[in-house]
Amino acid sequence: MTNGEDSVATALMDLCAGDEVAFELNGCMETMKVVDAIPFGHKFALVTIPEGGDVLKYGEVIGRATVPIAAGAHVHVHNLESLRGRGDLSSGKTSAKGGAAL
Amino acid sequence: MKFRGYVRPDGRVGIRNHIAVIPASVCASTVAARIAEQVEGAISLPNQHGCAQIGPDLEITARTLAGLGTNPNVAAVLVIGLGCESVQAERLHEEIAKSGKRVESLVIQKCGGTLKAQEQGLRIARAISQEVAMMTREEVDLSNLVLALECGGSDTTSGLAANPVHGYVSDKLIGLGGTSILSETTELIGAEHVLARRAVSKEVADKLFEIVRACEAKANAMGVDMRGSQPTPGNIQGGLTTIEEKSLGCIYKGGTSPLEGVLDYGERAPGKGLYVMDTPGQDIESITGMVAGGSQIVIFTTGRGSPTGFPLAPVIKITGNPKTYVMMEENIDINAGAIIDGVESIPEVGERVFAEILQVCNGKLTKAEALKHMEFGIYKLTSTF
Repeated sequence: MTNGEDSVATALMDLCAGDEVAFELNGCMETMKVVDAIPFGHKFALVTIPEGGDVLKYGEVIGRATVPIAAGAHVHVHNLESLRGRGDLSSGKTSAKGGAAL
Repeated sequence: MKFRGYVRPDGRVGIRNHIAVIPASVCASTVAARIAEQVEGAISLPNQHGCAQIGPDLEITARTLAGLGTNPNVAAVLVIGLGCESVQAERLHEEIAKSGKRVESLVIQKCGGTLKAQEQGLRIARAISQEVAMMTREEVDLSNLVLALECGGSDTTSGLAANPVHGYVSDKLIGLGGTSILSETTELIGAEHVLARRAVSKEVADKLFEIVRACEAKANAMGVDMRGSQPTPGNIQGGLTTIEEKSLGCIYKGGTSPLEGVLDYGERAPGKGLYVMDTPGQDIESITGMVAGGSQIVIFTTGRGSPTGFPLAPVIKITGNPKTYVMMEENIDINAGAIIDGVESIPEVGERVFAEILQVCNGKLTKAEALKHMEFGIYKLTSTF
């Protein structure tokens, strides 16, 4: 399941590394191979995402890649961090997206 | 569209006919519980607060207890005070009595102790119980309904399937003249800009941004990454990675209706339509706030599987995870997992949920009610003093 601009998709079944998956993007059915095992409900990258790059789901930013992520790779807490609710970062480093700037 | 409910003296409509035994403070909660457990139709609220709280924190407790007492699912109220607490039983009694329903109260220190207070309380509650049993349902319009929208124990199926079902149901109810409350401010972090686009005015949008800013600032003051607690370990196992992802899935519960206003915790909506209430993401405290604000019924999505209910309002459980429905069918009322399986559409499941809401309004017990799940908790801003 994807939105047109998304850089990740959600697996609707358990996937093994090397499985070919089909998904709908902008009204067209596309296929790709996942390179990791993807548990049910977890995400995989639809495109290559650079370190520090925004990760998009629902057409919105859900966080930032902490390492380069290959297309088809598992995307989760090991390579994607929040930009919000980050009391561990020094002040002023949280995302300005949305209401934080207002 | 109609249902059969209990019309209260203030014109609001209940879908249950409970007697609420409300302790003004934690110190009165054991006596309240002992009275309620011996009287048909009575439910006590295990209030943990009400004393040595100050300022806005004390206001939240007082407003919440009064709101729960005036909720139209409550036919009559017995307030139990210790006597020396910050929330005074007499004040609480007066606030609830403004709704026109029967309110009685007693104070343990004035009665002369536990046993005397229990005896006196039992006699009062017995008489209320007989009186309340004579109240009957009548046909009323569905526009009287205030629907609480909750999600808990979320996974990625919540945002993709179950929460959009809530959105469908909320939009349909609002189209019929009703009201919905979206809550859980923590779970608006990262999604507030999307929701704010639907605010009916700049003032409403600004208030939405302000409650989210304040919530995030409070979390950041703890000096840690909130991940691990928001999203929770279970959320993360279920595939949710960041608070932004969780929030963007959460706001689907609010459908596509215009956002009419932003309510304080436990505040009653001043009109019809969609409102946001400023509550924590913690499910139980969130539901307590919405029921104090007048919600008669809660619909609750849960990808991981939550069994919780509420003492004064039915909670309908919906999962978007087909595996969770199989695992926890004894707790889950509606399986929205068919959306993930590609078998049913969001509107099709939405219509099933809507039909279930009507049945529950008319008296059908939810699974949480049948199992006597009565989780309860009032939100606190800070420590006691």
